[in-house]
Amino acid sequence: MSILVDEGTRLLVQGITGSEGSFHTQRCIEYGTKVVAGVTPGKGGSQYLGVPVFNTVEKAMAETGANASLMFVPPAFAADGILEAIDAGMSLVVCITEGIPVLDMVKVHRYLKGESTRLIGPNCPGIMSPGKCKAGIMVGEIHLPGSVGVVSRSGTLTYDVVSQLTSLGIGQSTCVGIGGDALPGSTFVDILELFESDQDTKAVVLIGEIGGTMEQEAAEFINHKMAKPVVAFIAGSTAPPGRRMGHAGAIITGSAGKASEKIKALSQAGAIIAPNPAEVGLTAKKVVESL
Amino acid sequence: MKIHEYQAKALLVQYGISVPKGKVAFSPSEAREIAAEIGNKAVIKAQVYGGGRGKAGGIKKVNNSEEAERAASQLIGTRLVTHQTGPEGVPVSKVLVEEASDVARELYLSILVDGTSRLPVMMASEAGGMEIEEVAQSAPEKIFKSYIDPAIGFQPFHSRKLAYGMNLDGGQIGEATRLMTNLYKLFIDKDCSLAEINPLVVTADEKLLALDAKLNFDDNALYRHKDIQELQDKEQEEPLEIQARDWGINNYVKMDGDIGCMVNGAGLAMAVNDLIQYCGGRAANFLDIGTLNNTERVVNSFKMFIADPRIKAVLVNIFGGMARVDVIAKGIVEAYQQMDIRFPVVVRLAGTNLEEGQRILAESEVSFIQAKDFYDGAHKVVEAAKGAMK
Repeated sequence: MSILVDEGTRLLVQGITGSEGSFHTQRCIEYGTKVVAGVTPGKGGSQYLGVPVFNTVEKAMAETGANASLMFVPPAFAADGILEAIDAGMSLVVCITEGIPVLDMVKVHRYLKGESTRLIGPNCPGIMSPGKCKAGIMVGEIHLPGSVGVVSRSGTLTYDVVSQLTSLGIGQSTCVGIGGDALPGSTFVDILELFESDQDTKAVVLIGEIGGTMEQEAAEFINHKMAKPVVAFIAGSTAPPGRRMGHAGAIITGSAGKASEKIKALSQAGAIIAPNPAEVGLTAKKVVESL
Repeated sequence: MKIHEYQAKALLVQYGISVPKGKVAFSPSEAREIAAEIGNKAVIKAQVYGGGRGKAGGIKKVNNSEEAERAASQLIGTRLVTHQTGPEGVPVSKVLVEEASDVARELYLSILVDGTSRLPVMMASEAGGMEIEEVAQSAPEKIFKSYIDPAIGFQPFHSRKLAYGMNLDGGQIGEATRLMTNLYKLFIDKDCSLAEINPLVVTADEKLLALDAKLNFDDNALYRHKDIQELQDKEQEEPLEIQARDWGINNYVKMDGDIGCMVNGAGLAMAVNDLIQYCGGRAANFLDIGTLNNTERVVNSFKMFIADPRIKAVLVNIFGGMARVDVIAKGIVEAYQQMDIRFPVVVRLAGTNLEEGQRILAESEVSFIQAKDFYDGAHKVVEAAKGAMK
């Protein structure tokens, strides 16, 4: 099994005809993902990469039965694209776009309240359920089907961790990149909840970083509501305070934003902390073998 | 993005918020003229990014225009070191000369976007003049918060909650409501990430005045605020970071070590720096090269390493996803062709188009140290940096 995406996912790509949209749509199709529709306003009625293109998300859903959206819309228009997908009743929206203004996302979050749409991202690599569905920009080949769930605020660091796992023979149920922004659509807790109730996920790898308090909230959840083991790594132990380390959300503003505080909270909650980023796979392997 | 206090105050005034009478001075003589103009008793405030100026001697009270000139000459042209600037400090090239205010009470007011509720939150406290984190620790009951739903915007009830929380008198509630409404409008209009008035003072004649002001802006929204972009003072930034931006490397942060790093992805770049420290070394920089379509940024990263005299060794750690390994490899070869690279370079490549990338490096004249994985790369570059020190 897996969470969020699987064989039943019928993917729609918002911004399919853009350079990144088309490059990654092609990779998703090659991986075996069912890409059923694309949306680019003004290009409705055409075909692109063998996929029918529509002017609106609503029309695309009505005609193709798409049930998830992958977004490559440029930052100035991305919030509008997410709002359109929520309005159309899309159940899952995965937003890859980096650089969306925070106040645009405040409106998106307000509109999400009470709606059934789940938003992953923005500024994320997407979701991968190995062997079933790739809804994102991650490299397909490094993944292996299995029973470890991965959730992360990072992109390439996750690829490294996933390839550590795969080379040790540890497969993954689903890998979810929740993104590096300050206001992600889904938090660590949201995804941990899904992994906890997923029958085929036996353990979870969590990759956090400096900034915000999402890791502390995850620690609370792990402590009180989670039975499955969690292996964690927090990036940014050496980051100076007050500086934005690439990701919009990776900035230490108060003491809670420090890596040491997050590690302490997770460790006290019973998570197993990897000693360094190169040994996350090994740490997970030991945990999985002890189950 | 940050701006200076005098620029933040000009924005507050545009939005109808009162600030002390004053002007910015670029020379001691200008400071004297302004002090004379506003009536002699004045405060001279160094204009630098980063807080903690008062304790660091960056704010001076003066009684007449001669003293104003002397205070300004003690500040302009120096570097101010505060607990937020690092040991090298930041240059002071201008001072704000302000009328000294008759302060009855010091309050605190700010707006930022709260990560948990995902809403703008306005915070107020009657414990003004100190850092709000300290108040949160010592007297959390003195902090009042109003979360603002963007669907209804800032409403009078939001401000009443805060104004009564700060124990303002009945007559001041109306003025506080106008001030808070205006500050919220400024926050939204200009895509601020922080708007802070600390202290907000009640004067002896019972007026509300923004004695200090700090405005930070959302970098992601700067594209729609050309007026704000123009306020940026490059002098306040680290020269290597300005150089990096000019060369198209937007995610570069100077660190205090001697190992240059070039990585793709912010999380991986942080982790590389952490791993270098774990292996006993120190990174000289954080550098996320981002997604590449050409070799230029790779070559420019090497230019950065050459421009930084501290560099003893370099680690290139790339996990190709969107960025292709072959493009990185071509960039490394070009860098060696264009520059005299004397420090050892450790290269760890993985991901998209790896074989092609390895072939390009193997067939070139480039002498580099190959690393087989993440750990190996960090370990080897730390060893290389130690060797170069001998």
